[in-house]
Amino acid sequence: MAEQLESFRKETRDWLEANCPPEMRQPVRDEGDVYWGGRNATFKNDAQKQWFEACRDKGYTVPDWPKEYGGAGLSPAEAKVLRQEMAAINARPPLSSFGIWMLGPALLHFGTEGQKQRFLNEIARGEIRWCQGYSEPGSGSDLVSMQTFGEDKGDHWVVNGQKIWTSYADEADWIFCLVRTDKDDKYKGITFMLFDMASDGVSTKPIKLISGNSPFCETFMDDVKVPKSYGEDVPGYVGEINRGWDVAKYLLGHEREMISATGGGDRATSLGAATSRQGELDPVLRAQMALFDIDALSFTAMSEKFMDELKAGKGHPAQPNMLKYAGTELNKRRNELMMSAGGSTALEWESEETSGGKTARGWLRTKANSIEGGTSEVMLNVIAKRILELPGA
Amino acid sequence: MPLYHDDDQAMLADSARQFMAEEGSIKKQLRHWRDRDCKDGFGHALWEQFGEMGFTGILVDEDDGGLGMGHVEAGIVLEEIGRNLTPSPFLTSSVLAATALKHGGDDIKGRYLPGLIEGKSVFSVAIDEGPKHRPETIRTRAEKSGNGFRLTGQKDFVLHGASSDMLVVAARTSGSDDEPEGITLFAVPKDAANMSHDAVRLVDSSMATHTKFDGVELDGDAVIGEVDGGREILNAMLKAGRVGAAAEGVGVAGGAMDMTVDYLKQRKQFGKLIGEFQALQHRAAHLYSEVEIARAVVVKAQQLLDGDSEKADLMSSVAKAKVSQAAGLAVREGVQMHGGIGMTDEYDIGLYMKRDRALSEYLGDAYYHAGRVAELSGY
Repeated sequence: MAEQLESFRKETRDWLEANCPPEMRQPVRDEGDVYWGGRNATFKNDAQKQWFEACRDKGYTVPDWPKEYGGAGLSPAEAKVLRQEMAAINARPPLSSFGIWMLGPALLHFGTEGQKQRFLNEIARGEIRWCQGYSEPGSGSDLVSMQTFGEDKGDHWVVNGQKIWTSYADEADWIFCLVRTDKDDKYKGITFMLFDMASDGVSTKPIKLISGNSPFCETFMDDVKVPKSYGEDVPGYVGEINRGWDVAKYLLGHEREMISATGGGDRATSLGAATSRQGELDPVLRAQMALFDIDALSFTAMSEKFMDELKAGKGHPAQPNMLKYAGTELNKRRNELMMSAGGSTALEWESEETSGGKTARGWLRTKANSIEGGTSEVMLNVIAKRILELPGA
Repeated sequence: MPLYHDDDQAMLADSARQFMAEEGSIKKQLRHWRDRDCKDGFGHALWEQFGEMGFTGILVDEDDGGLGMGHVEAGIVLEEIGRNLTPSPFLTSSVLAATALKHGGDDIKGRYLPGLIEGKSVFSVAIDEGPKHRPETIRTRAEKSGNGFRLTGQKDFVLHGASSDMLVVAARTSGSDDEPEGITLFAVPKDAANMSHDAVRLVDSSMATHTKFDGVELDGDAVIGEVDGGREILNAMLKAGRVGAAAEGVGVAGGAMDMTVDYLKQRKQFGKLIGEFQALQHRAAHLYSEVEIARAVVVKAQQLLDGDSEKADLMSSVAKAKVSQAAGLAVREGVQMHGGIGMTDEYDIGLYMKRDRALSEYLGDAYYHAGRVAELSGY
């Protein structure tokens, strides 16, 4: 077993050496360095194209998905080896998408065979770019109060309503969207629908954030016709009609794990060591850096313990909420300290020296970490209720 | 290695938990000895029971009659000690002194280890000089005298000093006060002439001494390891002791948190259980998160130490500092959320606050270790 894994490691190393261009072994600098796929996608350069196509053909855009759905069918241990080897050469992800992170896991869990064959392959091959329609202007933390309504017209629904915080909706091809299909049952009255963003009646409007960037949109649905079926064994919804909340809850768990996994930013390096290279830290700031490094290294141990326990089926099922809470709060603190260490340089919004205000924009972006995917306050509610079992929580 | 207990360790945890809850409880031990003004601050009978359970020799090699286990296992016992506030000389004897003796010759091992393993001997370590932990500076001197040494100086915060059969003393045999090298460790027997203890009771009812060495004559065979080669052994002791104290601190934090969460589910005000108030729920949930993270980093540090990793030194300081902060939060929130009764001696939550304070200070507080983390990380 260990031997097989070692030979897989060697093969992987050789394959990466042969297929990952040097330009793709650099940290992601800006949005253009991320390849999202989709109908209208363009490559920034040949290296990005070459790297994406090599991974696509090998199943490495989604290494742990089954081969028949466009993955490489790697075991968890093999997938870990691949991640380690990619990290070792700083290889960029060949394809980023909400299809990979969110819809894919939902389909693998709840989808029909026909849905998996079609949608997972499209995602793995970077052909269709998905966005997520969950929140509404009046339904943020209290997501289940959402009002976007789909009227049953036999073989299709007619959907009306508005979603908000739909990431990159203006660039997405399809949307997975929570739609109310029964007004009388709050939880068992939501359907997890799939439809084309090019459908008549769908429009989007980017939202400009305090970081100056617009990764999110408002999405409006005005008499949008959503078919109940896209062909044999390909329903236009995931799971059962009116049971979309089960799918959404499952995905929220996924999303929290994903966000918590990035919490604290690059935790392998000491923040104090990195920032002190730019200039001597004021003594009190140095002390804050040390206290931050202690918390960051401790959080890394917590994440590692969580992953170990997850693999072994141990640990409390509500733990991702704790990781999400602690990880995002830590990341915000990290960015506050980076701003302080950077001084007036970090305030620069557009200069070349700061790559267009990367520190400042990044700092502002992290403020959303503890809001999106469930606010810190909601996470604390869940911990109080499900882990500490406090009354009335 | 996964960051959780394997089956054997889980079994040890079960038996340690049960044993400490029954035999080491606050009522049976801490309050019992405190209320009798015990000069030791712990019970010798319990220490012998530790010996019967095998705990005393947990870090001692099998060849020397111990269990030959690691810091994960020692930490399992320590966490239960922390949870029950069980007064015992485990940390000083079975972790710190035992780590020092690992570096000693067969003669010194033979002299001291059997008594430790049986739970009959109590050992202390004399490192600090002054009210703060600064092991980088050692002024206590041991000068050549005949075939042996003559020890002069004063040590502080010597836990169980007056109850000890032997003290491991860090003294300077060469160089100036701040030099890393030139340290030698001595095993000083309790009946050494010209050694005197000024015993003081600490806030947590444990006993410590200011110990004076006024020309204490020691044979050459009192040296642990090599003359002038003590710094490395001292560092090994400190790593083990810090990770051990951190494990005990996780127990203190967990005990205080559990008590407090239980209280939130019982106490009614304004016609409601106070645990229904979101202001308290969020604080309790934040506390849970901090304690879990502290627990994780302690296991990480223990495993690194057992694996003899280069990162163990850094992570021992990270663990000590993180636990000190998490446990500090646990006891402060504990007393506050208990309200008025949290201030009474009758309720146990205040005892957790006192123990945490002493344990946090021992072998360096969070501020000391934060400074160390910065230095070891290169800033």
